Amino acid sequence: MNGIISAVLFLIFAPIAGGLIAGIDRKITARMQGRVGPPLLQPFYDVGKLFEKENVVVTIAQNFYVLAYLVFIAVSGALFFAGGDLLLVVFAFTLAHVFLVLGAYAVHSPYSHIGAERELIQLMAYEPMIILAAVGLYMVTNSFNVADIAAATVPAILYLPGVFIGFAVILTIKLRKSPFDISTSHHAHQEIVKGITTEFSGSTLGAVEIAHWYENVFLLGFIYLFFAWNPVIGIIAVAVTYGAEVFIDNVTARARWQAALKSGWAAGVLGIVNLAFLSYVMTGGVW
Amino acid sequence: MQTLLFLILFPILVACLLLFVKRTALRYAVVALSALVIGGASIYLLIRYAFEGAVYFAAPSGAVDLAMVVIEMGLALFIVYMGAKFRNYLAILLAVVQAALVVYLEATFPENLHAVSNLFIDQFSIIMALIIGIIGSLIAVYAVGYMETYHRHHPEVRDRQKMFFFVIFVFLAAMFGLVFSNNLMWLFFFWEITTISSFLLIGYSETGEATKNAFRALVMNLLGGIAFVAALVFLAIAAPTSGGIDLARVLASPDSAAVLIPAVLIGFAGITKAALMPFSSWLLGAMVAPTPVSALLHSSTMVKAGVYILVRFSPVYAGTFAGYSLGLVGGVTFLAASAIAISQSDAKSVLAYSTIANLGLIAACAGVGTYMLVWAAILLIVFHAVAKALLFLGTGAIEHRTGSRNIEDMEGLIVRMPKMAVMMFVGIAGMFLAPFGMLISKWAAIEAFVRVQAPFGLIFIAILAYGSAVTVFFWAKWMGKLVTVTRNTERVEKGFFQESWAPLYIITGLVIAAVFLFPVISSTLVEPYVLAVYGVTTGLAQANIAIMLLMMALLLILPVSFHLFRRSAKHLPAYMGGRPATPDLHFAGSLGLSREAQTRNYYLTEYFGEARLFRPGAAICIALILASWVLAGAAL
Repeated sequence: MNGIISAVLFLIFAPIAGGLIAGIDRKITARMQGRVGPPLLQPFYDVGKLFEKENVVVTIAQNFYVLAYLVFIAVSGALFFAGGDLLLVVFAFTLAHVFLVLGAYAVHSPYSHIGAERELIQLMAYEPMIILAAVGLYMVTNSFNVADIAAATVPAILYLPGVFIGFAVILTIKLRKSPFDISTSHHAHQEIVKGITTEFSGSTLGAVEIAHWYENVFLLGFIYLFFAWNPVIGIIAVAVTYGAEVFIDNVTARARWQAALKSGWAAGVLGIVNLAFLSYVMTGGVW
Repeated sequence: MQTLLFLILFPILVACLLLFVKRTALRYAVVALSALVIGGASIYLLIRYAFEGAVYFAAPSGAVDLAMVVIEMGLALFIVYMGAKFRNYLAILLAVVQAALVVYLEATFPENLHAVSNLFIDQFSIIMALIIGIIGSLIAVYAVGYMETYHRHHPEVRDRQKMFFFVIFVFLAAMFGLVFSNNLMWLFFFWEITTISSFLLIGYSETGEATKNAFRALVMNLLGGIAFVAALVFLAIAAPTSGGIDLARVLASPDSAAVLIPAVLIGFAGITKAALMPFSSWLLGAMVAPTPVSALLHSSTMVKAGVYILVRFSPVYAGTFAGYSLGLVGGVTFLAASAIAISQSDAKSVLAYSTIANLGLIAACAGVGTYMLVWAAILLIVFHAVAKALLFLGTGAIEHRTGSRNIEDMEGLIVRMPKMAVMMFVGIAGMFLAPFGMLISKWAAIEAFVRVQAPFGLIFIAILAYGSAVTVFFWAKWMGKLVTVTRNTERVEKGFFQESWAPLYIITGLVIAAVFLFPVISSTLVEPYVLAVYGVTTGLAQANIAIMLLMMALLLILPVSFHLFRRSAKHLPAYMGGRPATPDLHFAGSLGLSREAQTRNYYLTEYFGEARLFRPGAAICIALILASWVLAGAAL
């Protein structure tokens, strides 16, 4: 029952939290660049404006795929905050992204197409690490259930420093931040225009943005799991991690997709080394 | 027992009948009717024996044993003849060695070659029988129309359809025999029949390439066959403790060390038949055969025999170093084959690599052999059979209609052949997306491997993590090509009735139904089997099953939203760098010329090419196979 309430709370409040985080993000970014930056609520104004725009499509089908993307992002996030099975959350998450990719394929546009291919490369880059992170949390807490992991009294971060650093690397990919914002980015005009979202406009683009807010809240929740034994430290750690991501976003330039793939997979290797060490210690040094 | 014998003998009867049927309409009637009978009989088998656990039958011996040896010798002579005709002396050598071993076995240990019960049935056999009886016979039905079109497209190929359908039904009979045999001599007999059947089917077109690939398949499977006989010799020598050639007694043998060597040799036979590395090339070569053959080899027969035997013997492998080695052969194959699939643009080649990868995963589960992994492995067998059959049949239909099976040429299939595109979409989703079957099984495998003894569990987890990531890549980009909405393309689906659509519809329905039936399949068949073998059982948590079903329902409802979007949306052509453009991707180039833009998928050949990954993968697998022999020997 608690789970269902948490899921509903997530569905209602995550877009608000996500939008605020985006607003803070833009503010901090502006300050790092010596600008004043937009008002805190600017992301909401932007998305609100998108929903007032004329309904323009390349093909009707694109709306379907983006809707499916939004729905399954929300489902996987809700499942996470309801305390569900972490692996199932990860798989629902993958399903959602495949829908976004299909939307970009459906419009049959050169820029979208390149964006879609790069989004798939990103998916391939971060998926191993995200599974390994789930396995790492299982090894520490003996459960795949988010509820159990969050209630655990062991400081997971102390056992999983390598996994955490690896996860921070793929978090850059997931948050669409430099140097790994290769499939689309928040900056106005990059080499592949807006990549995967090139052909989405108006309310469809608004839906993509809201899905991204849901996604960010879910990802920060994942970070929290590493520190869940102490809520205060947990919230501070989430804030610091996000701040670090913003900093990295501002001091790095966009890398090639090869770099994203190699970094994501190298992060996975770091995770494996951590887990190997952990299982060696936990079995009392006897293999 | 009558049902078991019926399922083995009836297809043989049909096969003989089909030797005399020349007209397509009549052949269709015979095949469709027998498919109905065979499918019905396998469902009856389910109802009759699902709740009875393992049941053993004495079944006639003596004369049958003799007949089998005679037929085996006949087949060896046939291989020698074919080998001489096509100058393939390696095949002759292997066939002679194998025949000599069989004769040696029969002559030296006549008293040890009797099983208390020759036939048996349990839940695992029922599952296999359902796959063979339903998927296998649907493919046969599809093949009738397909072969007619095939010969129209390939007038140069000699029309040997009578032989073709004869072999198909013999193949099905042999598969039934294989999964019902408790006598390992019988099992080996049916094993050899499947080898010869696939040899004949792969070489059907009689081109140089087809013959070459047919012999490659034959040689590799004969290698496995020799290992199988060698295992039988080991078992016969140690008959008092090993249980001889009685499968049930071998699996229950208290002398696990004595049984391990034969089990590892039979596992090697399974590896060759399941086309794991380094033997994957025979399955890739088998692509030259007409598409229904590929569908049959990949989904319900042949390779499934390989993993069937591995899963059967997994209680013997469980916890042994030899078992871990065999499991790693599967794991390495899974990783390497999935990665190579990225670099392939031929649809059949992608499907073949995906089959090899998934068989590798099943073998990994079987080799490690904990009860949870056996549960996952059986589910993988089920879901893979259904989805892969659909994908092969669909690819065949697309190839006949559009003249190409290259994935790039499938761009815009949703416009050109909407029904076919949706079916392919479901099939591909069935292979890698939540909440479809293959993903459920992979998930189960991850949850099972984390409980495996370190460091092996972690190695497999790492393999699975990277393997599933690359799997998502190659399937999703294929899906993307299917759903691309292209303009000014003709719809070519109409008039497409040479092939029978019914099998495609039914199998598409099965892919979706499998998700809803999954809890039932698991609780009535797989879990009781695991319980019977291991004394403990496992399953997905109720809450998770409910969530999966909700997700599936959501997926089925979502397409309704298409109607919401029908409102007056304004259509614009895709953005082409600001140049004036038309919806079919033409844009105004310089000098007033209209130019066309094209989109092509990424194949990342320099990272994932066959040339780069096959050799290392095969080398590691060879080393692991040798290690499994050494380790099994060391355990003695």
